[in-house]
Amino acid sequence: MEPFKLEFAIDGEDFHSAGEASSETKKALKKLGIPADTIRRVSICMYEGEMNMVLHANGGAVTVEVGEDAIAIALADSGPGIPDIGAALSEGFSTATNEIRELGFGAGMGLPNMKKYCDEMDIQTELGVGTTVTMKINL
Amino acid sequence: MKLSEIERVLGAKVFCGGDRLDEEALSACGSDLMSDVLAFVKDQAVMLTGLVNQQVVRTAEMMDMKCIVFVRGKAPDESIVNLARGYGLVVMSTEYTMYVACGLLYSNGLGNT
Repeated sequence: MEPFKLEFAIDGEDFHSAGEASSETKKALKKLGIPADTIRRVSICMYEGEMNMVLHANGGAVTVEVGEDAIAIALADSGPGIPDIGAALSEGFSTATNEIRELGFGAGMGLPNMKKYCDEMDIQTELGVGTTVTMKINL
Repeated sequence: MKLSEIERVLGAKVFCGGDRLDEEALSACGSDLMSDVLAFVKDQAVMLTGLVNQQVVRTAEMMDMKCIVFVRGKAPDESIVNLARGYGLVVMSTEYTMYVACGLLYSNGLGNT
């Protein structure tokens, strides 16, 4: 398969359009003939990541690269950073406000879900500087 | 269970996707937490929820669902219905509470396999 790359700027102010990038990615992967199960895993990982960026980090940039053996997703933001990655990866741990919870998110399942559905995940974070989450889903 | 049967059992009002009510659903889930829905991939075709916003539609689309049922008579606004229509999703609303709506569907044969 030819290498294929998608890039998105995520608007941190617009909760309602959050998920558009994931939706477009899903459409593009379908066109490439990627198996449905793989597309769903990519969609969940990217959607949760996109929501995190909008809810916690005021947006950021997402890159999706489809290679020979894997699909790589990179989510980079200039948000507050994650003080305790171990806690953030525990199911149910959340720093979300009530406002976020009323929107149906902030249950402390975002990063755990991403970790569950990808094959490899790496989180680089610095307080006050930002966070970059990279994920790989094998083909 | 056909989506038309879901409509009948729940006495639901259909907002979009009325031409797809012949499609089959083999399982469903009920939740107001979208991350919980995203956490359990089980080919659920139907989501019942009391949450009404565009992220419900996006979550359903990410999970390849067929139908969203809003409970307690909640009505989606036009932007939600338009988004769902674009994804080819069926959207309904029932007056029943989440508990009763789930119970009715389950007891009428819509399991969670």
